[in-house]
Amino acid sequence: MHSLILATAIRLLLPLMLLFSLFLLLRGHNEPGGGFVGGLVVAAAFALYTLAHGEQEGRRMLRIDPLRLVAIGLLVALLSGLLPLLGGLPFLTALWSSLPAPVIGHAGTPLLFDLGVYLLVAGMALLIIFNLMEE
Amino acid sequence: MNDMLIAIVLSGFLAALAAPALYHFFPRWAGRLCPLLPLALFACLLTVAGQVSAGTPLIFSLPWIPSLGISFSLYLDGLGLLFALLVTGIGFLVFLYTPAYMGNDVRLGRLTGWLLAFMAAMLGTTLAGNLITLFVFWELTGICSYMLIGFDHEQEEARRAALQAILVTGIGGLALLAGFILLGNISGTMELAELLGGGDIVRAHPLYLPALMLVLAGAFTKSAQFPYHFWLPSAMAAPTPVSAYLHSATMVKLGIYLLARLSPVLGGTEAWFFCLTLTGGMTLLLGAGLAIVRNDLKQILAWSTVAALGTLTLLLGLGSPLAATAAMLFLPVHALYKSALFLSAGAVDHGAGTRDISRLGGLARSMPWVAAAAGLAALSMAGMPPLAGFIAKELLYEANVQTQVWSTAVTAIAVLGSVLTVTAALLAGYLPFFGKRADPPLHPHPVDARLWLPALLPALAGLLIGLFPGYFGRWLVAPAVASILGNPIPVELALWHGINPVLWLSLATLASGLCIFALRSPLTARLPIRERDGVWGAERLYNVLLDLLPRFSSAVTNRLQSGRLRYYLMTVVGVTVSLLAYTLINTSGLPSNLPRPDGGLHEWLTAFVILAGALMATVTSSRLAAVAALGTVGYGVALIYILFGAPDLAMTQFCIETLSIILFVLVLHKLPRFTQFSSPLSRLRDLLVALSIGGIMMLLVLLAISQPLPPHLKNWFLEQSLPAGHGRNVVNVILVDFRALDTLGEITVLAVAALGVYGLLKNRDGKGT
Repeated sequence: MHSLILATAIRLLLPLMLLFSLFLLLRGHNEPGGGFVGGLVVAAAFALYTLAHGEQEGRRMLRIDPLRLVAIGLLVALLSGLLPLLGGLPFLTALWSSLPAPVIGHAGTPLLFDLGVYLLVAGMALLIIFNLMEE
Repeated sequence: MNDMLIAIVLSGFLAALAAPALYHFFPRWAGRLCPLLPLALFACLLTVAGQVSAGTPLIFSLPWIPSLGISFSLYLDGLGLLFALLVTGIGFLVFLYTPAYMGNDVRLGRLTGWLLAFMAAMLGTTLAGNLITLFVFWELTGICSYMLIGFDHEQEEARRAALQAILVTGIGGLALLAGFILLGNISGTMELAELLGGGDIVRAHPLYLPALMLVLAGAFTKSAQFPYHFWLPSAMAAPTPVSAYLHSATMVKLGIYLLARLSPVLGGTEAWFFCLTLTGGMTLLLGAGLAIVRNDLKQILAWSTVAALGTLTLLLGLGSPLAATAAMLFLPVHALYKSALFLSAGAVDHGAGTRDISRLGGLARSMPWVAAAAGLAALSMAGMPPLAGFIAKELLYEANVQTQVWSTAVTAIAVLGSVLTVTAALLAGYLPFFGKRADPPLHPHPVDARLWLPALLPALAGLLIGLFPGYFGRWLVAPAVASILGNPIPVELALWHGINPVLWLSLATLASGLCIFALRSPLTARLPIRERDGVWGAERLYNVLLDLLPRFSSAVTNRLQSGRLRYYLMTVVGVTVSLLAYTLINTSGLPSNLPRPDGGLHEWLTAFVILAGALMATVTSSRLAAVAALGTVGYGVALIYILFGAPDLAMTQFCIETLSIILFVLVLHKLPRFTQFSSPLSRLRDLLVALSIGGIMMLLVLLAISQPLPPHLKNWFLEQSLPAGHGRNVVNVILVDFRALDTLGEITVLAVAALGVYGLLKNRDGKGT
């Protein structure tokens, strides 16, 4: 299945969609969005790219094994829960920076947790998509 | 002072971790260093012996799970002290003996490591001050025992024996945990120090009997009581130092320890009396009877250990002060002579190359020190004055004679068991060394001091206790008896009790034992029971059950796992529908005050689109059309989310729908042409299943909206989102902060599902199942 329109469009769309997914992730705490939907957008972007250029090319573009992405996502989420333990607080207590960071406002472990969800969801969807497209 | 307790328990575990490395880098020094730890611990324990014997227990406590009343606490009283001294004392001998026994075996480091870990676990169990702490260490001893029995893991017999031991004691351990939890619930505390004072409450409670039965199951399996006795003789597949340490002197006595420990809480009732005396008596007769028909030295000793454990259970069942004293004297005395005999058996095996008593004889000339050790130990086992075994047997008889109920029966059992024990003692300690020279002649080589000294020391200790029983009784036996009875009683041991019926019984026992020994060869030749185990009895049952288990599970699996997706779906849907319907009917009933359907034209239109899409998906004969129709349903639902103000949900739904359609399109061209295979009847069945899940979901939704939600939860989240969660998007704040643990669970499920899908997709070539 080769479509010239899709193949051309996706070259522009891919970075835009990835940027959009980051936007969704970062603003999720205050406006509609979040890690889950952000991860899905990442998966959709790469799925379209893979549809246009084939599975090998898609994997090359992602640069990282999706299974590894799932593992990293889970570990990142777990890490955000473990960090408060160092301060003697219960597992998964939210920690916040006292100063607002540029762009994202207050930074804290919930954002890290959401990042884990983002990576895991993207990895899981891409894992299935790549394997289905494999010939 | 109390911090010493934790050091005593933990040092063994640390040493266990270090031992393999120590043996690897300093093989010459490791064998000399390792015995120092138990020796140091033994000395440590002796320094506090005075204080503990005077009746003030040492207590150490660390909070562990305070909300459940579980703490890591240690408690050293007279009973614990007696056991801990045995564990470290005999541990010292075993660690001295092991390097010599194993020679240049490269696995020596591993063996020593596990033995050290076992010693630490054993100390933990006997010093534990909390039921859960006790249980954890109890199970650790079982795991160490598994590793040590299966040490020669290349031998099938060793693996089988190890598995048997851990299955039997492990199942008992589970029962024990349940029993402990019941005990904790009844008395309201898991702390031993508090529990020991609450015996009356426990005994009067309706759950007393179940708790007792569960605790007894744990104790009886660990201490190899009938009908769980069979694992102990099988465990002789372990190297001899292990058998001497775990399976005669210490670990198998844990069940006895537990019975003694909980005696003030659970003891003194009729159920206790009957269970313990019956089981103990049965075990005593069985063990003693089977000991004398074996030819393998280790088997003789193992079965006589079973008999000794039966004796101890019997004595604890009787429950009188005299019986408790007899038990607490017999326990260390047995540990001393039995470890001496086991270690000599290992030396014999090492020097002469066989353990078969029909081939052994006249070894006293070539290994005189081993012969001395085994001979002394055997005399103690037979109950000859002036050895400790004589005093123990006198007390045993006296306790049985003076029992109120069943006095004649228990005395007869004890005498019969002791007669057979005398025979077994002669078989193990006399025949190989002083019997007539073997034919064909053996060519034993002399063994060095590290093999006979560890056997001689406990044998000499038995002699010392026999000669000076008063000190031993006052310092070690009396405090232990006080722990069992709950109040201190004077214990005055003496070698000579005067001429009384008990002395005559002792003499008759010795004479009968000698007679049976003389008649043994012609008798056993006619007996049907020989060296073959597992032909009948409890072990046969174990084997049958072990065979049945995989067959049963494969039958169940084959039935449930048909490999057809539609049956899995039907099972899931069927179970969900029936459970939901059951709950609906039983609790709230059907919704009554339904809200009047209202809404604008656009809402009705959306609903119509969803319905049309669903109908289309079921009737179309084109796959692509079905996928598109399903997509319509999904987008329609997302539209509803937008209409009712849930943009987060809608956005996610749109993405999911899009991705699902992409996935569908990807697999679509791989599927065969759409053909109608199912009969009208099965389609009708599918329709019913689909309608049932749809209907039940509709009922649920109606029920949910007919009852207004309590507003406080919603308001709390809305109010707290910004101040506590630093976010204005409540949904997201709930997901990643307020209820982040749920989310963590969900994404873990997602990751596991991803792995499952990955496995299925990778396996589609038909490799595997």
